[in-house]
Amino acid sequence: MTPDGSPPAASLPQPNPSRRRSDVIERTLADISHALEHALFAEETARRNGLLQALDPRVKVLAMLALLLAVALSHSLAVIGGLYAVTLALAWASAIPLAFFVKRVWLFLPFFTGVIALPALFITPGPPLAQLPLGLAVTRAGVTTALFLLLRVSTSVSLGALLILTTPWNDVLKALSVLHVPDSFSLILGMTYRYIHLLLRTVSDMFLSRKSRVAGRLSGAEERRMVGASAGVLLGKSLHLSSEVYLAMQSRGYRSHSRVPGLAAFAMRRRDWSALLIAVALAAAAIVLGR
Amino acid sequence: MNNEPAFELRDVAFSYEGKQPALVNVSLTIHAGERVAILGSNGSGKSTLLKLLDGLYFPTQGVVRAYGQPLSEAAFDDDTFNFAFRRRVGLVFQDTDVQLFSPSVWEEVAFAPMQLSLKSGEVEARVDGALRALRIEGLRDRAPHRLSGGEKRRVALASVLALQPDVWLLDEPTAGLDPRSQCWLIDFIAEQGQAGKTVITATHNLSIVDAIAGRVFVFDESHRLAAQGTPEEILSNQELLLACNLSHAHRHRHADSGQEHSHPHSRPPAHAHDAESMRLTPEVQSPRHQTKELKDT
Ligand SMILES: Nc1ncnc2c1ncn2[C@@H]1O[C@H](COP(=O)(O)OP(=O)(O)O)[C@@H](O)[C@H]1O
Ligand SMILES: [Mg+2]
Repeated sequence: MTPDGSPPAASLPQPNPSRRRSDVIERTLADISHALEHALFAEETARRNGLLQALDPRVKVLAMLALLLAVALSHSLAVIGGLYAVTLALAWASAIPLAFFVKRVWLFLPFFTGVIALPALFITPGPPLAQLPLGLAVTRAGVTTALFLLLRVSTSVSLGALLILTTPWNDVLKALSVLHVPDSFSLILGMTYRYIHLLLRTVSDMFLSRKSRVAGRLSGAEERRMVGASAGVLLGKSLHLSSEVYLAMQSRGYRSHSRVPGLAAFAMRRRDWSALLIAVALAAAAIVLGR
Repeated sequence: MNNEPAFELRDVAFSYEGKQPALVNVSLTIHAGERVAILGSNGSGKSTLLKLLDGLYFPTQGVVRAYGQPLSEAAFDDDTFNFAFRRRVGLVFQDTDVQLFSPSVWEEVAFAPMQLSLKSGEVEARVDGALRALRIEGLRDRAPHRLSGGEKRRVALASVLALQPDVWLLDEPTAGLDPRSQCWLIDFIAEQGQAGKTVITATHNLSIVDAIAGRVFVFDESHRLAAQGTPEEILSNQELLLACNLSHAHRHRHADSGQEHSHPHSRPPAHAHDAESMRLTPEVQSPRHQTKELKDT
């Protein structure tokens, strides 16, 4: 290696951690697509031995709907917080590592809430808690609204995640069709699932190929422009993919009203009935207490 | 080979909404039990043709008949017809990723038999048979989207094999395969042909044509049927292949003489120095060409 740090020809410089590139956007996007893939395609957790894995998928879908309703209708932070604690306990009882579960849910939260919660901090009228420049004031009512929103969304997302993490996807679809959820809804859900992973891979491939071509550092503006362009390409791709995936399903005999695959026949056992009863009672209690 | 037509196209045209035509004025007949190659460069309309044959798209003009029946949206609205047709005809998509959407290989291969409302014992027998035939029993619990390109191709084939179709529609099945997998795929096509199946393969890979087909349809870049004939007739017609962008003249150096010259390039076996890359497409032929291109730039 020469004194100025440039390598002799034909050899690579030693990697130096202090020279690391700061590609924040890129790393965040890669993390998100990675996490999403793991959260959505975690079939291994669905095969584990745990409390929720042992329940009938129909019960899980109904219980989730009842609890979602309770979360939406409850007006008490304590009650919603209690329901969030229940989801954590269920995750623990279903052999889902708690750190994994909590991290996954909170990672996506900003996307669902950030946009809505942030303005609510400022625009909800009430006595100000803190005065910010530009004449913006954080109000107590604003904080409460934002807190409600965060807690509601995190609890709802946790409930959905519990269902997905403990149930093979085909069983979720089959349960929906057994419960007479409209076919078009299951179809859209099924297809969404089917091509989300393709999109995620496309995103990470796009970033990887970019990484392999970009030698120098990009300015923030350049980085943002590339992200913008990538988003456009992605939209076009997703439209194309969704129609191709649907053709591929059709080609193998799929009709919107046909059987959803999943071999295990559903049979309600005593523990399924008990679980359903407990979930409905819990939801009812939450709605009454949180009124 | 019997002479019943499996597919008949009469003056068929197709365009994607608001776009240039993808197929123009195509008439052709494919008999049951025949092995056929659809040859054309990128964008010439091969995939579109296979989708028309599979009843996924319908012609904007003209008629496509399968086993004597015109294919139309209305025909496929009839469950009985849809069922009988889908059971008989299987399409392996060009992009395996769109075909593989289930969480595990097993479920992927079981998808088609399930749609046929087979009893679960029968479904399992078919899936196991298909996995065994393609020697991928070891992958049964893996997630299809995490497999290698060659493994994905096998899973895609297995997912159609489980249907036990009479007609195979294969869209560029050798794309992205290493030479060994390509050989294996050619054998697979030959076996299906010997079993009396109709095998229709879309490709731009000239080197596999005589191994996979007894008859060839060539499409040109104006999306028309430019020629049909036996592999020998088509492959020896340099002019046709050049006109359809399936073969190209380019400069390269012969290793033995060191001389540079320009000549048309279509069939790798014609070049002694290409023996090892016989199975590769013309564009990615001998490593020597690539080295030269790199040096030039
Ligand atoms: N989904 C689509 N929407 C619009 N145009 C398409 C679509 N698919 C293919 N095309 C166009 O139709 C023509 C034929 O494409 P295709 O059948 O995929 O060709 P090939 O398979 O021979 O490469 C091309 O010009 C292509 O751009
Ligand atoms: Mg194609």
